[in-house]
Amino acid sequence: MIRVVLPHHLRTLARVGDEVHVDLNGSATVHAVLDALEAKYPMLRGTMRDHETQKRRPLVRFFACGEDISHEPPDSPLPDAIANGSEPFFVMGAIAGG
Amino acid sequence: MSGVRLLVGTRKGAFVLTSDAKREKWKVDGPHFAGWEIYHVKGSQADPNRLYASQTSAWFGQIIQRSNDGGKTWETPGSSAEELKGPEGMQKGESNKFVYDGVPGTHMWYDGTQHPWEFKRVWHVEPSLDNPDHVYAGVEDAALFESKDGGTSWQELSGLRKHDTGPKWQPGAGGMCLHSILLDPKDRQRMFIAISAAGAFRTDDGGKTWKPINQGLHSQYIPDPKAEVGHCVHHIAMHPKRPKTLFMQKHWDIMRSDDAGDSWREVSGNLPSDFGFPIDIHAHEPDTIYVVPIKSDSEHFPPDGKLRVYRSRSGGNEWEELTKGLPQKDCYVNVLRDAMTVDSLDSCGVYFGTTGGQVYGSSDAGDSWNAIVRDLPAVLSVEAQTLP
Repeated sequence: MIRVVLPHHLRTLARVGDEVHVDLNGSATVHAVLDALEAKYPMLRGTMRDHETQKRRPLVRFFACGEDISHEPPDSPLPDAIANGSEPFFVMGAIAGG
Repeated sequence: MSGVRLLVGTRKGAFVLTSDAKREKWKVDGPHFAGWEIYHVKGSQADPNRLYASQTSAWFGQIIQRSNDGGKTWETPGSSAEELKGPEGMQKGESNKFVYDGVPGTHMWYDGTQHPWEFKRVWHVEPSLDNPDHVYAGVEDAALFESKDGGTSWQELSGLRKHDTGPKWQPGAGGMCLHSILLDPKDRQRMFIAISAAGAFRTDDGGKTWKPINQGLHSQYIPDPKAEVGHCVHHIAMHPKRPKTLFMQKHWDIMRSDDAGDSWREVSGNLPSDFGFPIDIHAHEPDTIYVVPIKSDSEHFPPDGKLRVYRSRSGGNEWEELTKGLPQKDCYVNVLRDAMTVDSLDSCGVYFGTTGGQVYGSSDAGDSWNAIVRDLPAVLSVEAQTLP
């Protein structure tokens, strides 16, 4: 089980609380986590990455174990702490301006 | 008892304002989608409880919301449990998937170079006249999309964007948006749209092919002031009983056409400024029109700090100022292009929202005004529904 923390606006869109849980069939990667999130909450499709290109939206960032992994290849393995559910995977809206 | 429902889109959510036919006491419901920009909300004429809303965010992109109960509850089309039971068990969630048909190509950028077409947001949703599941969407970068399944999926009517003049279209200050969609009730194959800054276009074959209808427009700020396209049209309006007559608020100039857009003439007349954004028409008097003059394209507030609606009862040229109940000093708000509307009760109601968060209403065709609400987020759009 993967724990995921979504930004406020995506929580209200998906009508979920502080943290959501998804199960993966294969290895834990950003790509797999987003696939599972979008399958469980289809209204999130297109909000984190482009429908067609699958490219991350410019003002969306991904964090794992305190590290910004937004620029890592989306099929790279996530840290064990994310894969085993001891740490949450964060989707964040970039903060711009004051 | 009949009544009015106002659908208000703001920078930070949607609001639904309701009143009985007296239009004296209003109930304010919202914010829906708090924190999101709501560019436009509009109801179906075929089913007034069917509403569509364009919800957007610079961070998270475009969302389409749909209501089947007049705005009490909402859903993203195609996301309910029933709708997700496809033959393969596949989950779609494509109600926000706006993909241009084919290779998008390029249009003109601010500096005159060519720039790729990029979808940014939906500015305007226009339900068809007879089917609540059939709806059009005008988007930025300018294109027209259509859904025939209640907003669950969208297809581009690409004959418009692929018009020969497309590479000459250029964004206005607010982006290259398709903001006006008018459906001709007498000829279901005919539709008018307007784009800032390309101009107005008409289709006579249900959206397959389009014709620029900008003859008579004169825009001093473009290289060829009488060009076929490139005009910054802010809004167009049509009375359903006289669909060949169109009124236009251009960047500068109020324009009128009596031949379905084939030719235009200026009817700015005695307005204190012919710059502005919205233009609308009295529900029962096709020659009574309303505008809100704005001082200039660089200042975007009312002349002299006085918020005045101007009404012409002669289809233009002769205008009277309407001020009763509106602030006549120190007022520096703007009224955006989709933020004026009318109801169709016997005494026509007129409504508009401001960037200062006020929604003003008149139940006597503009003679007097009251603030229905004063402190909403900046208002982007207002649409009225007259309820049975």
